[in-house]
This record gives sequence, C-alpha cells and structure tokens, in this order.
Amino acid sequence: MKFLTETLVLGVGALLALLGAAFAKDDLFEAHAWVLFFVLLGSTILLMRKVEVVASNAPPPDTSGYMDGVVRYGVIATLFWGIVGFLVGVIIATQLAFPDANIEPWFNFGRMRPLHTSAVIFAFGGNALIATSFFVVQRTSRARLFGGDLAWFVFWGYQLFIILAATGYLLGSTQSREYAEPEWYVDIWLTIVWVAYLVVFMGTIVRRKEPHIYVANWFYLSFIITVAMLHIVNNLAVPASFLGSKSFSLFSGVQDALTQWWYGHNAVGFFLTAGFLGMMYYFVPKQIQRPVYSYRLSIVHFWSLIFLYIWAGPHHLHYTALPDWAQTLGMVFSVMLWMPSWGGMINGLMTLSGAWDKLRTDPIIRMMMISIAFYGMSTFEGPLMAIKSVNSLSHYTDWTIGHVHSGALGWNGMITFAAIYYLVPVLWKRERLYSLRLVNWHLWLATLGIVVYASVMWVSGITQGLMWREYDSQGYLVYSFAETVAALHPYYVLRTLGGLLYLSGALIMIYNIYKTIRGDIREEAPMGAPAQAVPAE
Amino acid sequence: MSILDKHGIIERSPTLLFIFSLVVVSIGGIVEIAPLFYLQNTIEKVEGMRPYTPLELAGRNVYIREGCYLCHSQMIRPFRDEVERYGHYSLAAESMYDHPFQWGSKRTGPDLARVGGRYSDEWHVRHLNQPRDVVPESIMPTYAFLKTTPVEIKTIKSHLEANRTVGVPYTDDMIANAVRDLKAQVDPESDDADGLIERYGEKVSVRSFDGENKVISEMDALIAYLQMLGTLVDLNAYQANPNLR
Amino acid sequence: MDYNTLRHMADSWGLLYLFLVFIGVVLFAFRPGSKKVYEDVANIPLKEDELDG
Repeated sequence: MKFLTETLVLGVGALLALLGAAFAKDDLFEAHAWVLFFVLLGSTILLMRKVEVVASNAPPPDTSGYMDGVVRYGVIATLFWGIVGFLVGVIIATQLAFPDANIEPWFNFGRMRPLHTSAVIFAFGGNALIATSFFVVQRTSRARLFGGDLAWFVFWGYQLFIILAATGYLLGSTQSREYAEPEWYVDIWLTIVWVAYLVVFMGTIVRRKEPHIYVANWFYLSFIITVAMLHIVNNLAVPASFLGSKSFSLFSGVQDALTQWWYGHNAVGFFLTAGFLGMMYYFVPKQIQRPVYSYRLSIVHFWSLIFLYIWAGPHHLHYTALPDWAQTLGMVFSVMLWMPSWGGMINGLMTLSGAWDKLRTDPIIRMMMISIAFYGMSTFEGPLMAIKSVNSLSHYTDWTIGHVHSGALGWNGMITFAAIYYLVPVLWKRERLYSLRLVNWHLWLATLGIVVYASVMWVSGITQGLMWREYDSQGYLVYSFAETVAALHPYYVLRTLGGLLYLSGALIMIYNIYKTIRGDIREEAPMGAPAQAVPAE
Repeated sequence: MSILDKHGIIERSPTLLFIFSLVVVSIGGIVEIAPLFYLQNTIEKVEGMRPYTPLELAGRNVYIREGCYLCHSQMIRPFRDEVERYGHYSLAAESMYDHPFQWGSKRTGPDLARVGGRYSDEWHVRHLNQPRDVVPESIMPTYAFLKTTPVEIKTIKSHLEANRTVGVPYTDDMIANAVRDLKAQVDPESDDADGLIERYGEKVSVRSFDGENKVISEMDALIAYLQMLGTLVDLNAYQANPNLR
Repeated sequence: MDYNTLRHMADSWGLLYLFLVFIGVVLFAFRPGSKKVYEDVANIPLKEDELDG
C-alpha cells in the first residue's frame, strides 16, 4: 500500500485549500488558496499513479546505505531555482534601467524584487543547504538519515513553501519585511517544515557512528537552530482573520525595525554564512583530499562567529530613530566580526597549502578558492560599511546592493556551484563530470559577471550618495533627486550585463550537469594542458 | 586536564551542542532588543500622533502590497542635506503605530516620510498613472490600475481590530464606524464626515483624492495615506533633548 | 534599571567577562593534547564514502 497515506493526506489538503478559497475573507487569500489547491491537486494526481493498491512482490527498498535520493532531488531543485532567481534578477535589473519593462500589476518591480531575493536566498540557497547538509551529515556521521521519509517531507514541504511565497509576492501578499515577506500562513507552514528538518538533522547526528561531531555539522546545526529562532520571532504577527491574507506585526516602529534587521542581518549571518561555511568545511577538504588547515581554528571560528554575528543587526539602522547606544553596539560588533570571518577565510584558503598546483588542474578547486576569496572581500567590506561615517554615505544607495551581490554571487553562488560539481558524479555514480573545461568557462563568466556587477554598483552608489549631499557655493543643494536617478542610468544598463554574464555561466553549468547525469563524457584535453594537443614533430 | 576536556563533551553530545549554540546566539538579540521595550527614552514624547483613519490604513496596505518600501524610505536621517531635501529628521514616535514599520532600506526613489502635502492630489494621480508624465527621469513603474480597482472595504473593520490587538489605540467607536469612516473620507458632503473628524481630529483630510466619485478606488486610499505622511506630529512643539538618544 | 547602569555594566564587567570567555575558548581549542584528537576529527570527511550496513 505504498504512498496510500501520502496520497490521502495530499487529497485532504487539496480539499482544505478549496474550502479556504470558498470561505476566504479577502480576494488575495482566495487567489492564494486557489494556487494551493491546484498545486496539491496536481501532486495528488501524480502520486495516485504511483499507489500500489495490491501489495507487490517486489522486495522492500534498500534502506541500509546512505539516503541519497532526496539529495539528488535537492541538487536538481537547487539548479532549477538558481536559474529562476538569476533570471528574475536580470529582469528586475532591466526594469530599473528601462522602466517600461514593468508590467502592472503583477510584474511591477515592487512585486518582482521579493521574488528575486527569495528565489536566490531561500529557493536556490535553501535547497543547496538542505541537500548538502543531508549529504554531509550522513557521511561525517557514518549513518543513514534519521526519520525515514521525513527527509522527503522536508524536501517537498520546502518546495511548497517556495511556491506559496513566490506566487504570493506576484499576487501582492507580503508582510513588507525584507527577506521575510511571506504572510502568516506561509510562515506557519515553513515553521513546520523547519522543525522536521531539525529533527532529521539532529536525529542523524544522534545515531552517528563517529565519536565526534565534525565541525561542518556544527555550522549546519547552528544555522538550522538560529534560523528557526529568527523566523519565529521576526514573524510574530496578529492575522486580521483566520481566512484572510493580512496580518499586522506584533511590534511597531522602532522595536519592529530592530527586530526585522536583527532577523535580516542574521539571515545573512546564519543562512548565507554559517550554513555555507558548513559546506566549505566539508567540500573543500573533500575536493582537495586534504584535511582542513587547522581544526582548532575552526572551533574558535565557530563560537566567535555565531556569538558576534547576532549583535550586528543595528548597523542597518545607522542614524535612524533607533537609539544611539544600539547603533554603536551594532557598529562595534560588526567591526569585531571581521576577525572570525577572516579566520574562517584563512582556514579555507590554507587548506590548499602544499597542494597549490591543483589550482592549475582542477577548476572546481579554483572555483572554491575564488568563492572563499569573495567571502573574504565581502566580510571586509561589510564591517567597513557598518562604520557610521561610511554608512552615512553608503546607506540607501546601490553600494549596499553591490556589497550584497559580491557576497551572494561570489561566496554563496560559487561555493554552491563547486559543491554541486563535486556532488553530481558521486550521487549519480559517474566516473567524472562531462567537461572540466566547461566548469572553467562557467567560473570565468561568473567571476567576470560579479566583478562588473559589484564595481558598477559601487561606483553608482558612491556617485548617488555624493550627489545627494552636494552643495554649491551659495549653500544650496546642487541636484534634485530626479537628476541623481538620471545619472545612474548607464550603471544600471551595465549592471544588467553583469547579471547576464552570471546567468550565462549558470546555463553552461546546467548543460554540463545534464550531460554528466546522462553519463556522457566530453573528450577534451585535460586542464593545465593546452586546449589543443599539439602533435609532436 | 579534566576541565580542558569538557569541550570534548560538547563535541560529542549533540544535545549540549544544541543548547550551547542556542544560548550563544540568543545573547546579542536579547541585550539589544529587550531594552527598547522598557527604556523610557526610546520613543519621544510628542503631540499629534493618532491611529490611521480606515482609508489611510487601506492605503497603507496598498503601499505595502506594491512593495513601495523597496525603493522609498520613510526615515529622514539627521543630516543637513536630508533635512533640507525632505524636512525635519524622523522621530521614533512618528512610526509608533506602524505595524509593521516602513523605514525602508534603499532610496531608488526619494524619501517619503514627509511627502504629505508637498504635491497636489492631481499630481499624485498623474504620477501614479504614469510617473514619467510629471518626472521625466523617473524609473518608477506605472500604477494606473489603482484608479480602477475598488478599495477592499469588507475587511477594514477586522484590520482595525487586529491593530488594536497589537497596541494601536483604536476606540470601540472607531472600530464600530470603520466602514462608515472609510466612505466618509472621500465624501465631504456626507453627514458621516463630522463623525470621522470627531474621531480622528481636525487635521484629517476629507475629499475625493483621485478626482472622481464613482468608486472609492485604491488610488483614493493610497493618496490619502501619502498626503498624511509626516503631517501628524507638531514639530514646532517638539524640543529635541540631546541627551535623550 | 536604567540605561546608564546597563551601560556601565557593559563596558566594565560585561566586557571583561566576554573577553575571558573568548580567551577560554581559544585556550581550550589550542590546549596541548588536543592535537591528536583534532587530527582524527579533521580527517572524518576523507574517510571511505560507503556506509557498511
């Protein structure tokens, strides 16, 4: 009776969604309930075709080895959402350069931007984190994932969260909390999925056969715990109605602002840093085939990073109505954060010491090193921008946008790509990747894209910041706001090109991975040798 | 060596690792956020703050739904250029009824904290309809559909109630008359306008904001919200105390 | 408890306490005798990849 229960649960869920649509208190909730209904109905039908009503004679599935099916799905989901996120990014960059590219109401910039940020952070990054954490925790614990099919619930439940969040943004359902836009009912669903994720992860560690818990798992665990805490506190809200889409946050004004940026900054700190450091501490040693440079340093790195990060949120609110003491605390801790960040960077980079020649022959290692270098650059720039006097210029401008992208595209994107390039041959039991030279193409297209993007945004941000505060000899402001907007147009066009370069690199990756999974191997000269083998004379 | 081996225990016990991590990541948030709720000088004492009228609240919902906060801040910093460009720097008290806050983080467009009364209603209608008609350099999307979309009236009462639950001082009277007040704000001729003024004060603007009277549109609501922004607090009466912050 | 008391505590005892905790963590990680253990732990990812039942 395989899948019977699951099918029934989905069917009941679809029915509830239908009821939700019927009795909705507002139009938005009704539209969203319809989306949910069709998603669940489709899933029910798909699953129904797999139900075996008569017990078959086939042997029960093998559950002795590692549970890798869910990781394979996770890798595909990561790639899929990555392309979606990058593509939407290119679209909204185009909208800023050419406002006629907005299509009201559903595809206006204001609704598309949360779609972009959530797609790259939570859909692309989140799937990468869930998939790699499931892979890493099994290997480093030498145990199969805990909870059986619960891991599948985590995977599919998370995809449902993404779909509800994404459609919600386009329909206009948002709490207006950056990176926490989904409304209360989607938040509750994510909480359920996240608790299941914690259970699977913790359970696997508990049943491990290694006496020690490897440091990558510490980072993953702290990421899961902290994100749970942040998500719950930041989304505390009172819904206007049980069947309505609108809620009002529990806190207001200044308290609400600090709670949001305590969340927002630590979404960076724990989702995009701690979680991805977990990736670094496993995949970098694995690809290089050497243990991490200093395990002791990684312990100091861990505790100081998670302690310091949580304080840094107020630097998003410099010179606002937030009390000065909180701003100062945020600034001081942000500057201190520079040290553990660079400790971690050194630990990652130095893992290659004694094997530097591999940089020449292995583009995956090259990608990892560039990723860690971008981690170092953005964690240097971050504390700099958290200093109040710098922030007075950079805040509200594109400088921040450039900073975020050098971290997200450089560090998170590149380490994820590298991990996937490592994972795919292992997961699909292929001899090697289809083509290492295509990896190299991906690497340089992506790097070029990031450099264009980040430097253009840096110039654009400083330009606008300086124009806003420019006075003439009479003591009048020189530029109207509209003039500063016009001045940025060329930068916005260039920025779109940077995004396109990054997207094209990712498309090459899709092709490479597709061929690898199919089992093809490209005949090519090995890396480090000339591309065209020159015949001996 | 016995004490020094303790970390070995953390490395081997997932429960301890869990608890330790949770404690370590909780400290910063508690120390920074909790005092904001009981330190008395976090929010200034000012004259004039009042809850949003139902129409303004509906307009604010539109503002949030369309993601206006992604390009427009509502937080003027205490710098000479910002104060000259946008007006008096923002006070914490001015967003005390904002659930959630709308300070924003990026100025792709100008700050809106004190945009109320700066432009005429007709300007706003034209601007929302096609921003480049009035500001050629603008890169803002068009929002023409707001004028033809009726504002959602059936839920407004529940919105006021939810706001009261989280601490906004809406009276029973305000909640009972939510729908009537919403309709009255675009219709100065109606008998209910007096009730609206009585409940929310003399400074409430009562007029048709989008320039036509057939439906109460989302554009009416949004412009009512925008024209109120930054106009509530009597800034002449406010004396900044340098030691307060 | 007002702002000033908190502030004084933060930049005296609070600071000292956190500094000592940090020194503690560092000493801990770099204590003699941990080297062998950590070498083994650091090699966990490099062990054989298959799960033996």
